[in-house]
Amino acid sequence: MISFRDEVVAEAGVKLLVHTNQEGVAAGANPFSTGISEYTRIMKTVALRQALDEHAFDAAIGGSRRDEEKSRAKERIFSVRDEGHKWDPRNQRPELWRTYNTRLAPGQTMRVFPLSDWTEIDIWRYILQENIEVNPLYFAKERPTVKRGEQLIMVDDDRYPLLPGEKPKMAKVRFRTLGCYPLTAAVESSATSIPEIVEEVFSVKLSERATRLIDGAAEDSMEKKKTEGYF
Amino acid sequence: MERSIIRLLTCGSVDDGKSTLIGRLLVETDSIPHDTIDSTRNIRRSGSTIAAGEIDFSLLTDGLEAEREQGITIDVAYRSMSLLDGKRLIISDAPGHEQYTRNMVVAASRADIALVLVDATKGVRTQTLRHLTICSLMEISRVIVAINKLDAMNYSQSVFEEIRGNVQTALTRMHLDDVLFIPLSALAGDNVVQGSANMGWYEGQTLLESIQDWRPAEAIDASARMRIQLISRAENFRGVSGTVHRGSFTVGDEVKIFPSNQSATIAKIITYKKEIQSAHDSEAVTLLLEPEVDATRGDLIAASKEELHPSDRFNADIVWLHEDPLIHSRSYLLIAGSSQTPATVTRIRHKIDFNSGSQNSATNLGVNEIGSVEIATDAPLTLLPYLQSREFGNFILVDRLSFRTVGAGMIRHSLRRGENVVSQKYEVNKAARALQKNQKAQVIWLTGLSGSGKSTIANGVEKRLHALGMHPYVLDGDNLRMGLNSDLGFTPEDRAENVRRISEVAKVLVDAGLIVLVAVISPFEADRQRARSLFDEGEFLEVYVDTPVEVCVDRDPKGLYKKASKGEIPNFTGIGQNYEVPKNPDLHLKGDADLDENIEKVMKHLF
Repeated sequence: MISFRDEVVAEAGVKLLVHTNQEGVAAGANPFSTGISEYTRIMKTVALRQALDEHAFDAAIGGSRRDEEKSRAKERIFSVRDEGHKWDPRNQRPELWRTYNTRLAPGQTMRVFPLSDWTEIDIWRYILQENIEVNPLYFAKERPTVKRGEQLIMVDDDRYPLLPGEKPKMAKVRFRTLGCYPLTAAVESSATSIPEIVEEVFSVKLSERATRLIDGAAEDSMEKKKTEGYF
Repeated sequence: MERSIIRLLTCGSVDDGKSTLIGRLLVETDSIPHDTIDSTRNIRRSGSTIAAGEIDFSLLTDGLEAEREQGITIDVAYRSMSLLDGKRLIISDAPGHEQYTRNMVVAASRADIALVLVDATKGVRTQTLRHLTICSLMEISRVIVAINKLDAMNYSQSVFEEIRGNVQTALTRMHLDDVLFIPLSALAGDNVVQGSANMGWYEGQTLLESIQDWRPAEAIDASARMRIQLISRAENFRGVSGTVHRGSFTVGDEVKIFPSNQSATIAKIITYKKEIQSAHDSEAVTLLLEPEVDATRGDLIAASKEELHPSDRFNADIVWLHEDPLIHSRSYLLIAGSSQTPATVTRIRHKIDFNSGSQNSATNLGVNEIGSVEIATDAPLTLLPYLQSREFGNFILVDRLSFRTVGAGMIRHSLRRGENVVSQKYEVNKAARALQKNQKAQVIWLTGLSGSGKSTIANGVEKRLHALGMHPYVLDGDNLRMGLNSDLGFTPEDRAENVRRISEVAKVLVDAGLIVLVAVISPFEADRQRARSLFDEGEFLEVYVDTPVEVCVDRDPKGLYKKASKGEIPNFTGIGQNYEVPKNPDLHLKGDADLDENIEKVMKHLF
């Protein structure tokens, strides 16, 4: 994922800013013993808040879509964050027509979701139409995996703690959504090209974020994360 | 004209079977992930009679109702489904109760079709009329009245006809042209996606068919328009960027830019990747114009044959979205497309009663209320009647301090004052007049509680300036209320108008080259900000006369505090009404300090 990102950056000729929550690293936060909710909070939510503050950005653009998840369905396209990047879903600005209020009061910032009304299939059809290069992890390939509950976790290096005597099995899998490792599971698939993915997304009837481990922690877990400043 | 996305608004409550209806529509068009469907087979609401293992359709879309019960966010929920002909349907679901009118208006603002549910066991209710009124106001292209739960009424044709008759009577006072009536049962699945064997007397479309065969009314051959979002500049390059609305622009087309009414020819059309010959509806492009006209963000480009009339006065309907009421004479920010202009509601003509459709007189608009108003903008705007164009006929009002969206408006028509009243340019100007008097024309705005000492300080400063041979003039709030403002009271609306008039008079006097001292309570920050916005940088000095209320009560030069504390004066600042303390006054005076010291401080600011 990182090398793909760097290639895109190099090709576009843009400046990339990378931020890691060093306090989290120093405290030894990791997805295995810290607990996935807390790890996500420290290394994603807090890290994002730190980065936005450090560079004093007024707005951050994200790719979230309303079809992904219930609380995201409530998001505005221009979504205001109060001081401390807090989202207050009860107190959002009404958004009518295509007339957007982009003004910010002191201390406020904004998250912008231009793809709000797109769906997963729209994304793949657009990628196909515009011939956009995507991360190879989206394509099915034989990969070493282990099963945790219903989820298939890819194990291709020694970061993942295996159970005693457990050996990863080879399976033809791809990722429908790419979150942080190892909190995103793979799905079994044979789609090795974009047309095949379009075909698969069209026929597979499972919700996309079903493979995001952090979403399921509680029914309202996304709304909770978002009020704290998660994307 | 075909459109690949259709937007549907659903009006009604769970009691009408709304969730079940949408749930069935989604499942029978295979629009719901199977893991989600399966999750409804085993969860049951208390009191549910649906057998375990069966799908409870209502659980698929119950987001909003569940939220209401649990006390979490009530909002608009959006769901996406694929129609059988490959089009996309976006369903926006808003709660139907009166206190959620604004949510419904938000959902209605982009809807093409509204689905209004009527429970056949209950007939037409007040809520149904409110929903239809909103659909009419928001110009929803097609309304489908779904008369549901006919399974519980023996699929009776006469029940259906009676309800249809009642709705049609109500429709006569609305302007909805395309209204369809469908008898159905969401629970049993009659006339939703599948036809009905139980209602042989009905020969019309199913719900899905009536959604699928809708087509937008706007003609594809209409001439194109584009609002400028960005002026793209680079070395030897200046283009205007935006999204084309209806029709198309082609290289060589003659266009006009509004409100300036300049003409130009399209020399080139550029997209992200390449140069193109023609740009069509919904395409985001940059136009190179020949000659390079002076255009700015928010301007409108249209085919030169289009007759558009920019104006700064409009009649509009406004839906109020915020808990703090709309105050006429207060300045708000009006956002229409990519333009932002200060604007004032100059008159509230009447309020609309949703339930009966009647018009009632009003002096303000509270949250969830709809009113017909007159609005004045600081600069001319190119807006069209909402009835002609939703895209160019809508606007929002934004509070100038909190930047919250507080109102949504639909232009009814423009009052063509903008083009009839042209400001006259005179050759002797403000600077020349002030120079002759050997002074800098400006306004010193003293704000503070009644009895804080504003008039006394103004009087002292005027005497000093006069003695120095200068030309000051005092505008005193109390004195002006005996003449110019004698028709105004002390409600927030009237205070806003009071301050507006005084600031306009001060502006005239500053233009005449005078040093104007204004002494008026002016308790509201928004009104003071608007006053400031009339003047150039450095011309407006806000002086906060900060006197503890006890001192004011003690002084009570006009005996007003005594009366107010007895309840004889409602809306008395400091007792019945708040005084909003200036956040960043140019000068902060302690009203209980020595008078000469205070006068000296003001004088220092003047020289």
